[in-house]
Amino acid sequence: MKKKALCLLLACAMTFSLAACGGKGGETSAPAEDRTETEAPAEAGDDTEAPAASGGAVFKVGGIGPTTGGAAVYGMAVQRGAEIAVEEINAAGGINGVQIEFQFQDDEHDPEKSVNAYNTLKDWGMQLLVGSVTSNPCIAVGEKTHEDNLFQLTPSGTAVKCVQYDNAFRMCFSDPNQGLESAKYIGENKLASKVAVIYDSSDPYSAGIYEAFRAEAENQDFEIVTEAKDGAFDASNKTDFSVQVSAAKNAGAELLYMPFYYTEASLVLKECKKQSYAPVFFGVDGMDGILSVENFDTSLAEDLMYMAPFVANSDDEQVKSFVTKYQEQFNEVPNQFAADAYDCIYVLKAAMEEAGVTPDMDASAICDAMKTAMTGITFDGITGKGISWEASGEPNKAPLIVQIKGGEGVAL
Amino acid sequence: MLEFISYLVNGISLGSVYAIIALGYTMVYGIAKMLNFAHGDVIMVGGFVVFSTMSGMGLPPVISVLISIVVCTALGMLIERIAYKPLRKASKLAVLITAIGVSYFLQNVALLIYGSNTKSFTSVVSIDPISLADGAVIISGETIVTIIACIVIMAGLTSFIKYSKSGRAMLAVSEDSGAAQLMGVNVNATIALTFAIGSGLAAVAGVLLCSSYPALTPYTGAMPGIKAFVAAVFGGIGSIPGAFVGGILLGVIEILGKAYISAQLADAIVFAVLVIVLLVKPTGLLGKQIQEKV
Amino acid sequence: MKMKALSKNTRSNLITYGMVVTAYVVMEILLKAGMVSSLLRGLLVPLCMYVILAVSLNLVVGISGELSLGHAGFMCVGAFSSALFSLCMKEAVPAGALRFFLAILIGAAAGALFGFLIGVPVLRLRGDYLAIVTLAFGEIIKNVVNIIFLGRDVNGFHISIEDAFSLNMEPGGEVLINGPQGITGTPQDSSFFIGIVLILITLFVVINMVNSRTGRAIMAIRDNRIAAESVGINVTKYKLLAFTVSASLAGVAGVLYAHNLSTLAAQPKNFGYNMSIMILVFVVLGGIGNIRGSIIAAVVLTLLPEMLRSLNDYRMLMYAVVLIATMIFTSSPGGQAFRERYSLKALIGRKNQEKEA
Repeated sequence: MKKKALCLLLACAMTFSLAACGGKGGETSAPAEDRTETEAPAEAGDDTEAPAASGGAVFKVGGIGPTTGGAAVYGMAVQRGAEIAVEEINAAGGINGVQIEFQFQDDEHDPEKSVNAYNTLKDWGMQLLVGSVTSNPCIAVGEKTHEDNLFQLTPSGTAVKCVQYDNAFRMCFSDPNQGLESAKYIGENKLASKVAVIYDSSDPYSAGIYEAFRAEAENQDFEIVTEAKDGAFDASNKTDFSVQVSAAKNAGAELLYMPFYYTEASLVLKECKKQSYAPVFFGVDGMDGILSVENFDTSLAEDLMYMAPFVANSDDEQVKSFVTKYQEQFNEVPNQFAADAYDCIYVLKAAMEEAGVTPDMDASAICDAMKTAMTGITFDGITGKGISWEASGEPNKAPLIVQIKGGEGVAL
Repeated sequence: MLEFISYLVNGISLGSVYAIIALGYTMVYGIAKMLNFAHGDVIMVGGFVVFSTMSGMGLPPVISVLISIVVCTALGMLIERIAYKPLRKASKLAVLITAIGVSYFLQNVALLIYGSNTKSFTSVVSIDPISLADGAVIISGETIVTIIACIVIMAGLTSFIKYSKSGRAMLAVSEDSGAAQLMGVNVNATIALTFAIGSGLAAVAGVLLCSSYPALTPYTGAMPGIKAFVAAVFGGIGSIPGAFVGGILLGVIEILGKAYISAQLADAIVFAVLVIVLLVKPTGLLGKQIQEKV
Repeated sequence: MKMKALSKNTRSNLITYGMVVTAYVVMEILLKAGMVSSLLRGLLVPLCMYVILAVSLNLVVGISGELSLGHAGFMCVGAFSSALFSLCMKEAVPAGALRFFLAILIGAAAGALFGFLIGVPVLRLRGDYLAIVTLAFGEIIKNVVNIIFLGRDVNGFHISIEDAFSLNMEPGGEVLINGPQGITGTPQDSSFFIGIVLILITLFVVINMVNSRTGRAIMAIRDNRIAAESVGINVTKYKLLAFTVSASLAGVAGVLYAHNLSTLAAQPKNFGYNMSIMILVFVVLGGIGNIRGSIIAAVVLTLLPEMLRSLNDYRMLMYAVVLIATMIFTSSPGGQAFRERYSLKALIGRKNQEKEA
């Protein structure tokens, strides 16, 4: 009986793999059935997709990030932010008159799945990549884009090695950059003399910032009073923060540095209140979004300072228009991931116009043109004005310190 | 010293939540002899139901907690009926895999309904914190309610099993389901009842967990679920006092390990203690020694 | 009778080997012809890895009858030890093939060592207690790996379990293992060919073990430990042997994993209990104790989520539904009766009966 089932499974496996085999019959002449299969997600994924107007010649832009699993919130924000930008650009006539087609694939925040997502997009005919959203997957995908010489712009891959190759650029600050800048800011503005750090020791993002912060603290006029083993938490241990907060409180820290995401930060703030501990709170860009936590008691976060590239209630026209659109479509305030992704698409547009690429060029040719174009553009977006790029892939943009006042983020 | 007391209180509070979750695990294991890996996700459902009814519709906390208990009880019975009952006679591993499937299913349904963004849970407890020794030791209202709830549930469950007819039926089924059936116990109904009670407790655990640690996402239940599973094994799986003791100890060890050894190694410490306990006492702290016969 | 049973067994094993070789040949031809999608091409090495993991876990779960939930831990050990070796030896041994061969040996040895060390205490336990302790060890390994910092500078190696900062390295030193950021820059030595060779070696080891005196002893212990003990079988020795071999093979799979991606970090996703459970799903779905089934299940279940990509947000939901439905279909009495009634064999049989009548 078992054999029967096995045969059945085997048959299934064969059909599956054969169906997959059909995919790569040259970019333009893929079998019809396969075509429909791969194109379906693009249509189902974003109903906002403008149909390719001019006889099928479109730029195919891919996106990769987690839309399921624990990190789904970041991937989804990137997908939505990018889709809004694509829709706007297409409505305004596209890039040099050519429409963009955008497809976003899930990687579950796993390097292996991220490479699978990348390959899926390649089969679809992707010419440029916006992704991956999270650091380790981004490094893994970076290796592949480097092999294929495909242009990659990550909205939020903060680890240093995300942009180690010349075909990769990033929109956000890097980890060391953030750690360094926040240490400088705290030191120069004399916010405190005793600083405690809580960080996620299992998260490359958080640990990376912590290291840079600690290294720069040596040069600054304050002292870190907690050791790594007092202040660390990890992915499977992020429910209870009583110990870490007590350690900071008992060490007499006047400032609590929190280089991690806002979900955990909301728990830390609550714990601090519970222990009647009120230091100066200082976060990094992962803190952005804390005000959008549904039902969050914003009084807990009063006076919280964090480094952010983007303030949702800014007076800037571009920001306003983006935030309104995002709220209309998804009924929530966009966070920095969405903003970074939105800018990414516009950066692509600017660089592509600068490079003068056309949709009939293959990915590698586009990549070569884009590498030079990226260092030539100066970009005004919602995450900063006058941003330019080094050939190393790092953006030059000024960090912005935001403080929460009366339940709203105010730029300092 | 004061620091130690404060850590201890936190540990007991966290442990009480683990204990309530572990009770659900252990009851189901005792009666249906299966590891219900979806239990942690029922907790998450309980949390979301309270979130929707209380923060969304503005119902008073008591009512929304009751609604949540009803919803989770129904959900537990539904899961049992659809996913586990057809596999009653299948291998234990088949049921384990199905339970994992159910766990993925619940997480992804919650993801589709509520999205991935964190929800901040409003505490259902409105008791002021008690401050001892000039604020060196602070016991929050949630802690007090959690510990009391845990003791009440534990006592209620023990007397239910000891004195009520269906409770004794549960004992009989867990002892020997074949013999129990011959004696006229409705085994299927008893198992369904166990799932109902276990899932109802999961709703309570969900509310208490989210009140103390108010970040709610579709994956909130997964990790506490696993920890509670560890707690249940720790105390001797299948034993109700065992789940209580295991849960409290696990919470205390976790907090003290973080405080006095290393916060980075908190999990390793918890698991290492578990390993040592099981090596010394292979059926857990309060587990029954099973005599093997040829 | 005995001869016939044996030859049937051999034939079945040959089919298994043949299946792997055929799959390889077919894929190679398709690759040469350029008819393979990038997605599938990228999946070839992970597929080999999952097959090895499933077959090796089957040795413990199916043949030895112990429920182990810590398989990913051994994979993690193999991955990190071999990646560290490859990274250190990148300059010293420039020949990729030789270096990778050594890396595989190191991964296998590291897996075996941990399998042995953990197996000694763990195998005294039974059933679910064994499962939870293996899960515990898997989590401990993941947790500890996450806080190891290892650097190399002119003074040699530095190690810390707190942060990279306390390595106190001379300028110009290089951090090899950077805690949660893991190891980056591992040479990408894994290839489909090596993966297939490793699968064949795995099959060879496992199948020979099962069909040998050792295998019969292990299965005797599984079926009735006390009876096996009473006829003089050394229970601890055989259980430990199966466990160690399985861990060692998992270590090999870890080597493939580490050398397939340029980044290696111990996250809950790849080396946590989720992964161990995933491998267990392959084994259970393929049929406990059925080696060929494990291979097929590993391939199908790895491809399934990728094939479901067109469903977008509903992808993982569908995966869960398929998982539940398959388990109910294959394992419940109702499902089994249905399959018996409508299977090909039964249909043909019924027809024959009708003819005879």
